[in-house]
Amino acid sequence: MAEAIAKLSKKDFESDQEVRWCPGCGDYSVLANVQRVMPELGVPRENFVFVSGIGCSSRFPYYMNTYGFHTIHGRAPAFATGIKLSRPELSVWVITGDGDGLSIGGNHLLHVIRRNVDLQILLFNNRIYGLTKGQFSPTSRLGMKNKSVPMGVIDYPVDPVAFALGAGATFVARTVDVDAQGLQDVLRRAHAHPGTAFVEILQNCPVYNDGEWEAIEDKRTRVEAGLPLEHGQALVFGPKGHRRGIRIEHGVPQLVELRDDEDPIAAGVTVHDEKHEGPAYAFALATLAPPEFPIPVGVLRAVERPSYERLLERQIETAIAARGAGDLRQLLHSGDTWSVEG
Amino acid sequence: MSTAKAPAGAKKPLQRVEHVAVRFAGDSGDGMQLTGTKFTESTALAGNDLSTLPDFPAEIRAPAGTLAGVSGFQIHFASTDVRTPADQPDVLVAMNPAALRANLGDVRRGGMLIVNSDAFTDKNLERAGYAEDPLPSLRDRYQLVEVPLSRLNFEALQDLSISQRDAGRCKNFFALGLMYWLYSRPLELTLKWIDERFQGEMREANRRVLMAGYHFGETSELFPVSFEVPRAKIEPGVYRNITGNTALAWGVVAASVRMQRPVFLGAYPITPASDVLHELAKHRHFGIKTFQAEDEIAAASSAVGAAFAGMLGMTVTSGPGFLLKQEALNLAVVAELPLVAVDIQRAGPSTGMPTKTEQADLLMAMFGRSSDSPVPVLAPATPGECFTVMLEAFRLAVKYMTPVVVLSDGYLANSAEPWRIPDVDTLPRHGIAFRTDPEGFAPYVRDDETLARPWAIPGTPGLEHRIGGIEKQDVTGNVSYLPDNHQRMTDLRHAKVARIVQEIPPIEPNGADAGRLLVVGWGGTHGAITSAVDDAREDGLDVSSIHLRHLNPFPANLGDVLRRFERVLVAELNAGQLVRVLRAEYLIPAESLSKVQGQPFKVAEIRARIEQLLGA
Repeated sequence: MAEAIAKLSKKDFESDQEVRWCPGCGDYSVLANVQRVMPELGVPRENFVFVSGIGCSSRFPYYMNTYGFHTIHGRAPAFATGIKLSRPELSVWVITGDGDGLSIGGNHLLHVIRRNVDLQILLFNNRIYGLTKGQFSPTSRLGMKNKSVPMGVIDYPVDPVAFALGAGATFVARTVDVDAQGLQDVLRRAHAHPGTAFVEILQNCPVYNDGEWEAIEDKRTRVEAGLPLEHGQALVFGPKGHRRGIRIEHGVPQLVELRDDEDPIAAGVTVHDEKHEGPAYAFALATLAPPEFPIPVGVLRAVERPSYERLLERQIETAIAARGAGDLRQLLHSGDTWSVEG
Repeated sequence: MSTAKAPAGAKKPLQRVEHVAVRFAGDSGDGMQLTGTKFTESTALAGNDLSTLPDFPAEIRAPAGTLAGVSGFQIHFASTDVRTPADQPDVLVAMNPAALRANLGDVRRGGMLIVNSDAFTDKNLERAGYAEDPLPSLRDRYQLVEVPLSRLNFEALQDLSISQRDAGRCKNFFALGLMYWLYSRPLELTLKWIDERFQGEMREANRRVLMAGYHFGETSELFPVSFEVPRAKIEPGVYRNITGNTALAWGVVAASVRMQRPVFLGAYPITPASDVLHELAKHRHFGIKTFQAEDEIAAASSAVGAAFAGMLGMTVTSGPGFLLKQEALNLAVVAELPLVAVDIQRAGPSTGMPTKTEQADLLMAMFGRSSDSPVPVLAPATPGECFTVMLEAFRLAVKYMTPVVVLSDGYLANSAEPWRIPDVDTLPRHGIAFRTDPEGFAPYVRDDETLARPWAIPGTPGLEHRIGGIEKQDVTGNVSYLPDNHQRMTDLRHAKVARIVQEIPPIEPNGADAGRLLVVGWGGTHGAITSAVDDAREDGLDVSSIHLRHLNPFPANLGDVLRRFERVLVAELNAGQLVRVLRAEYLIPAESLSKVQGQPFKVAEIRARIEQLLGA
């Protein structure tokens, strides 16, 4: 089996369907990187299932040559839960967006994360409704003007990463559509995580919200705009000549200016620890945002807790061990019965 | 099981009666449902046929002593065939003035009223809305038996150290013991239950109060005779009492065992469907996976996901929840996945009356989804049929690759009847053949006989494919917006469900094959309609009845049967739903007998309409 899997390539994961996203859409890059990572994961192709809701990103499963289910708006986590609970051996991936996952599907996203079902959830965040042609989404910035809010957004936005942490996520990461290496690393980590792996992908919509993530997408400015997270490494960013670090004390982040040759740890910069049991540290990271701070990119939190479907399987095993495998005749005759003679 | 011996010294005369209906009524905290259930179990053991009607408020504990808080449990038992809980109780056991006031109107004139006279205090009379004590005026119209039940209860317990409150909670068993004596029921089943359920002084207290009630009947001069209801002639076999909800849950287990596939139930708590979730949650050792979802939508969606993954997926709910499940059901229609969705209907619209019965979700089941979205609809007619309907629902869902809707109702859900336990080996057995061969595979290639598409589940090499809610190209299942394809797929979805008619036996009228009047019913009204029609026929009226278990598609001969009668009367607990469908489908001037009071039909209500239509 392992040999057969090893032979798979990116091509094996491309379906025969013509990809129909707009030219320049960030989804293309995500699709290509997912297809690139799949063959490395040691999973037979037939055991992959991609489940999506409704929206531009939710067309994703049609383009993957795996099992796929394009479901209904916001409900993908619920369908995926049914699939994973039914068949724990399957590798189930949820593809959703900021509108699908956090607006109409916010409730399902909350509950799938708190249950820690072993799924990979990729939330494409372009801060706009694309498929319905440009209304604001729950992640759109305050004041943004578009068709459904000509005078500007007055909804305070939700941050996907903070939402996931609030729901008790055991694995939370953020990555960028065009950062192939970073995206692939995070996908591998997400797959390896036993439990819900929540990944926010900052994604550009070239038609309705072009340039929303420009600073972090552009390789030239990324070093300034992004804070790369690496477990055990200090929270340092910025180009040579303008190095800075982040110190988090009592949940409050502060910028620390650093000389190029200065030891950041000695200078009081916080060392990234994705394994903090409590979520407070990861929350503090999640509050980092421009213009004051860089955007943290990478794995914010990765802790282990038994997954929901494992606990469910364990209950079944326990019940069978205690009572024996179910016997229908015994069930029907349980309790008080009486005989009527002929 | 042997019949318990009555305590020694029973000397009063025993009078034989053929059928009796008793209603227990009290505060919702008085334990009336438990009392009724225990009486039902002992009645079954005594060999009578029976039917029950629990009737309780939605509030867990409404204010004590008020009409809103009255909880009732009616049982009809007889030496002959029993089909309904009876229109009018012969005996009302009323634990307080509110229970009397709420139920008196239903009691047969001249019937027996057993009241807890200790509860007829000024305060309780006021709470129940009585300006003055009603008892004196009832003495000449009913057999009024005033029992100082609270006092007798406390006297029986005075040397125990249990609290006043705990002692007070035993008094329903005094009433139960008294009724056991009055109708010569065996005590041993309830005594055994007390021993298993309680410990220490509470065990002693409950035993003592039950026996005290029994002995009170025997010794008190209030009761000159006791009654005996001879055993009914019942088909030989092993029996148990069963409610519709338990039968339905066991039908699910049976389907899983006989189809050799595990069940996945996605559910969200809702009255009166939660008991199905509770029952199935007990059976993890059958490999059943119950999932209490975050809402009704997720409950249905997870079940569709499970069906995609190859499980027997199901969801169970009541009207307001069924409404929320329609989008998931609609996806299952387009994705052509086997799903069983059960709606245990209750009175609505909106929250309505959650604990009261109704049959008003038929049109939602048939037409409640966006666009043209046909699904098969089945409806059990008795609590026992809730078992078999689930076997049929899963069989059809898998064979035709379609969601199937089962419409039960609050009355079937909570009513009990003696149920002959089926021989497991005689239950239908249907293996499931997943598609495994990649040769010639396409997600929407169809079986010639059933038009079903293949069930190709994840994990099968070479069958990787994508499905979803976007219109599918015929055969390939690829996304298609072509006009002709949409027409074809819409037609195919209808044709597939219509083909299920080949699974449905022809319907045969109860009574004559043709005549002046045919009464048509469906669901939990079976007992009342059949009783009314049989009684009317005995009295020489030209009336027959049919009861539909298949509401979509209908049995193939339904149109012929309907047209053989001069008039058709559709009796249903809604404002006229099936009648609209029958008029539309068969272009006949069917008439409607509608009732929406949260209560089942009374036999007399149907009889009256039959007489009116026949000019009798």
